[in-house]
Amino acid sequence: MRTAPDPLGRPPALLLVPAALATALLVVPLAAMVAAVDWPGLPAQLRSEPLRDALWLSLTTSTAAMLVCLLLGLPLAWLLARVDFAGRGALRALVTVPLVLPPVVAGVALRTAFGRTGVLGAPLEELTGFSFPFTVWGVVLAHVFVSLPFVVIAVEGALRSANPEYDAAAATLGASRWTGFRRVTVPLALPGILAGMVLGWARSLGEFGATITFNGNYPGRTQTMPTLIYVTRQADQDAALALSLVMLVVSVAILVMLRDRWLVTP
Amino acid sequence: MTRRTRRALAAALLVPLAGCSTGTGAGDADTLTVLAAASLTDVYAELATEFEAEHPGVDVELSFGSSTELAEQAADGAPGDVLATADPISMRVATDADATATEPVVFGTNSMVLVVPAGNPAGIAGLDDLAGSTWVRCADEVPCGRVALALVEQNGLSSEPASLEQDVRSALEKVTSGEADAGLVYATDAASAGDAVEVVPVPGAGRAATSYLLAVLDGAQAPGLAQDWVDLVLSEAGRTVLTDAGFGAP
Repeated sequence: MRTAPDPLGRPPALLLVPAALATALLVVPLAAMVAAVDWPGLPAQLRSEPLRDALWLSLTTSTAAMLVCLLLGLPLAWLLARVDFAGRGALRALVTVPLVLPPVVAGVALRTAFGRTGVLGAPLEELTGFSFPFTVWGVVLAHVFVSLPFVVIAVEGALRSANPEYDAAAATLGASRWTGFRRVTVPLALPGILAGMVLGWARSLGEFGATITFNGNYPGRTQTMPTLIYVTRQADQDAALALSLVMLVVSVAILVMLRDRWLVTP
Repeated sequence: MTRRTRRALAAALLVPLAGCSTGTGAGDADTLTVLAAASLTDVYAELATEFEAEHPGVDVELSFGSSTELAEQAADGAPGDVLATADPISMRVATDADATATEPVVFGTNSMVLVVPAGNPAGIAGLDDLAGSTWVRCADEVPCGRVALALVEQNGLSSEPASLEQDVRSALEKVTSGEADAGLVYATDAASAGDAVEVVPVPGAGRAATSYLLAVLDGAQAPGLAQDWVDLVLSEAGRTVLTDAGFGAP
């Protein structure tokens, strides 16, 4: 299908060339990786037990982290979007910090707080005998820490773009603020909330630095897909490529889930 | 990082003098890049200072990591003049890819020890006490993990570690930070941690040893300096530094 000539004229080469370069920069490494995969050996690699364990762990911990992010993130996003209070800007800035933090720093910070010798971790272990590091709960905690900001910021955006007048209308009809939140605000912003959750889920799935710093690496317990790929690379390149391909497929699947929001421009 | 910044500053000040530098590195770049196993961090830093004193105007860039990873990088043609690995298997990755210019030489050995945080909070007195404790070792894929695994199997230990770390410094760090009750690390790492850890004797630990290999890389930008580095490591002075840090003689 050919589109009619643009009335503004042809796009200038000065913009087209860098745009093409940008596309190549993003696509070439991934294409090269797919090309380097040992295809005949792939089925055997995909049947490996470490892969199954790590993929299962990644999917379950990311999902658990997403649910925690929804439970804690939606109220925080609502607070930031709909309630006027002193220090709202500061709170938003604070929430965004982990977004720009190098993941290793996030891991070190988590350990200082929740490690076995941490500010909260030490008393927790003393009282209950439970500690986060080296456990699946530690993985979920690390995932929540890095993906919660994504969820909060995305959901806050969705809440802001939903018209607050509907909330006001619900209030005039006698709805309490909680009823308004439950019956009006959330349903209206639902597509944005779902997109925020998927974004947070994807962020968890790719999380590596904070998880390995805080939890180490043990198959079936703390070894997520990115950690498995990292460790496998040390011994077997072909296996690492096969694992990377699995991650690529999962990532593309997420994009397909999000296609209505990202791949289609208004 | 501070060290590197200081070096960069020193290099900037010394650049005008580089023309009259001594050494065999005629036509060489004035930077020597050394890729070395993480367990060599302290000794190589010390040797680098010595090397720079002997070669005015020359800057030694040290890149530490897991042996396998560095060997792979070297095999992929990553910039570097010398490669030092913590075991023969990872050096073979580089030699198999024809990435080395000289025959790898053994310059030291290292054995595995069990370390606990200062004060030994979990009361670990030997390998048997590891059962039920939170202990760490290196992953099977890296040299220190292969040595640790040999030691564990040799002692018939069935307790599973809490974590399989990606390199020996991470394993040590889990112990010094108190996150792990105990860890299997090299004797040299235990020595470098000083008072932060205590060493618990392990039967047969001396036998679970690994040898360190050193080779000049094929793509060396400074082959002359690289050979000087190998000579320094193998010299009497180099031997002393290695011995002080807990390395055994080759």
